[in-house]
Amino acid sequence: MQTTLAETVYEPSRGWISLRLRELWDYRELLYFLAWRDVKIRYKQAALGVTWAVIQPLLTMVIFSVIFGQLAKLPSDGIPYPVFSYAALLPWQLFAGALQRAGTSLVGNSNLITKVYFPRLVIPISAVAAGLVDFGISFVVLLGLMAFYGITPTWAILTLPLFVLLAALTALAVGLWLSALNVQYRDVQHMIPFLVQAWMYASPVAYSAGLIPGGPWRIIYGLNPLAGVIQGFRWALLGGNPPDELMAVSVLIVLVLLVSGLFYFRRMEKTFADVV
Amino acid sequence: MSDIAIKVENLGKQYRIGAQQERYKTLRDSLVGTVTAPLRRLRNPQSAIRNKDTIWALKDVSCEVKQGEVVGIIGRNGAGKSTLLKVLAHITEPTEGRVRLRGRVGSLLEVGTGFSQELTGRENIYLNGAILGMKKAEIERKFDEIVAFAEIEKFLDTPVKHYSSGMYVRLAFAVAAHLEPEILLVDEVLAVGDAAFQKKCLGKMGDVAKEGRTVLFVSHNIPAINRLCNRALLFGSGQIRKSGSTLSVTNEYLNAILNFGAEKTWDLEVAPGNDVVRLTHIRIHSLEGITSNSIDIRSAIGVEITFEVLKSGFILVPNLHFFNAQGIYMFVSVDTDSEWAGKPRPTGVYKCTAFVPGNLLAEGNIQVGVAITTFEPWHIHLYERDVVAFQVTDTMQSDSARGSFQGHLPGVIRPKLNWKTEYLRRT
Repeated sequence: MQTTLAETVYEPSRGWISLRLRELWDYRELLYFLAWRDVKIRYKQAALGVTWAVIQPLLTMVIFSVIFGQLAKLPSDGIPYPVFSYAALLPWQLFAGALQRAGTSLVGNSNLITKVYFPRLVIPISAVAAGLVDFGISFVVLLGLMAFYGITPTWAILTLPLFVLLAALTALAVGLWLSALNVQYRDVQHMIPFLVQAWMYASPVAYSAGLIPGGPWRIIYGLNPLAGVIQGFRWALLGGNPPDELMAVSVLIVLVLLVSGLFYFRRMEKTFADVV
Repeated sequence: MSDIAIKVENLGKQYRIGAQQERYKTLRDSLVGTVTAPLRRLRNPQSAIRNKDTIWALKDVSCEVKQGEVVGIIGRNGAGKSTLLKVLAHITEPTEGRVRLRGRVGSLLEVGTGFSQELTGRENIYLNGAILGMKKAEIERKFDEIVAFAEIEKFLDTPVKHYSSGMYVRLAFAVAAHLEPEILLVDEVLAVGDAAFQKKCLGKMGDVAKEGRTVLFVSHNIPAINRLCNRALLFGSGQIRKSGSTLSVTNEYLNAILNFGAEKTWDLEVAPGNDVVRLTHIRIHSLEGITSNSIDIRSAIGVEITFEVLKSGFILVPNLHFFNAQGIYMFVSVDTDSEWAGKPRPTGVYKCTAFVPGNLLAEGNIQVGVAITTFEPWHIHLYERDVVAFQVTDTMQSDSARGSFQGHLPGVIRPKLNWKTEYLRRT
């Protein structure tokens, strides 16, 4: 029995630290329970319950359809404007919700951080994962909308999970940075709502990514990973312009943000319990 | 280090002080600070190294704990006990030194960490279990046991926000108690809950220890430490002040915090009393006459007082007053020695001793007051409260009043009674 006991050593860490993703995998059940808790609590004591996951994007879609579709008459790549905007609102809301929750997740769970050990990465990741449930529910409504407008998806729909993953990873990448910063600087939590609002206008939610002229401008536009995500999402479901160089830039930028975010988070992790 | 479960080497943990006030640094402060720092440094080179802004919560702490040992950690608030547990639990990183641990570590630094008010008892068992490091399958296996321990069967599907505080604490402890780590770190969680619950927790902790697990137990509950631990560490200002057998360490601690020991001596000029009589000496001793502030619950305790009568002709009656740690006035004992009863005393020095029989007082810290009184006419010549103290300890040899029971026994006295059972008939 004694020989089977694993030895662990804790000492001051210096320089670059490993991400310890294996340990994170060992804690996958905790990740699941924390995400499950977030979902459960969000809709407890709400008379409409999970319907809220549908009402929010649906109402936003109606407003967008009236203002941008009917009044401003923005081009929608030949797709009925309600479906066009709703298909973008889904990944957008997945991203925005996940980012907001992940960004404040560490401070919100400070009682856990100061009292018990587990890989801290579990917290922002579970915050992002909890957003997938809302996404799943509102996605069913999208399928209904598509059927209503008589849009049949092509084989491209098989690539959809990749774009969902990209949206979630973008939220996680930015969320890692913001959550770790928020532990030190509470300014971050005041900044997040504004950031999200500005980000939406910078993403092709209400308008088509096709409006952006080609060449260097598209590359710069692709620096916003959500541009790629939404473009890909629309294409996978509704057809139209397939992902182009903009997409490649988006993927690249997400990877850079994610890897740097992971390392930054792990570096700051040791001070969380002392500072939060 | 095959039989060593925990090895701590030169451990140090530094914190910033004033962290309370400025713990939420704002981005602006930080930016302004970065810009102005070089200027400040120019103006005042000393401030570059701001040692006074930091504090060592732990410094040069080294110790070893063997597998299966139950070690109590005591000390005043801020002595570094909880910081040590936090480092061992991997919640915070040491600033220097190193910790080696052998086996899975479970920490119980708070009852109900991560409990969610909105979730039901059932849901919280899963959530809390996962947070404490249990696997889902493990929680499922122990689920019924946890519910039974917490005695909340009927409220399993009620949100815990509707629980009474007692139920809440019971449930939270039940989950934690079913964690089965090789090393268990426990921080003062017994301070919550009612007496019955505390008893149950202590019993459960005793079980854990008997299963051969290593336990580190931080508490201010000295009788519990005495009962559960093989060994104790006394912390003060971030360092280990004393390490050794539980009784020797807890006694040193009690002496330090209570600021009086088993013996006290006064010079005649400043001794308590008046122009008739003055108290010059008092001590607590064992049956053999050895001065001691730690007494086995089974043995008699002597209280010896020495006083000098300065004016003859008074009938003087010494009397002793006993208080427990909660301040309960347990009893008074009046001198009944017939030799001086009703007789005026000539001047001189007197020494008298009263014995409190063994198997009478309950475990705990007892404070003794002493008075010398004349009854007719009523006059109190001196009355000194809390002059000496001693600790009554139940060593669990199963020949004290607790018998073979290992848990918490309430009550201010614990007499050992004669029990007799007759087997009346077979049915």
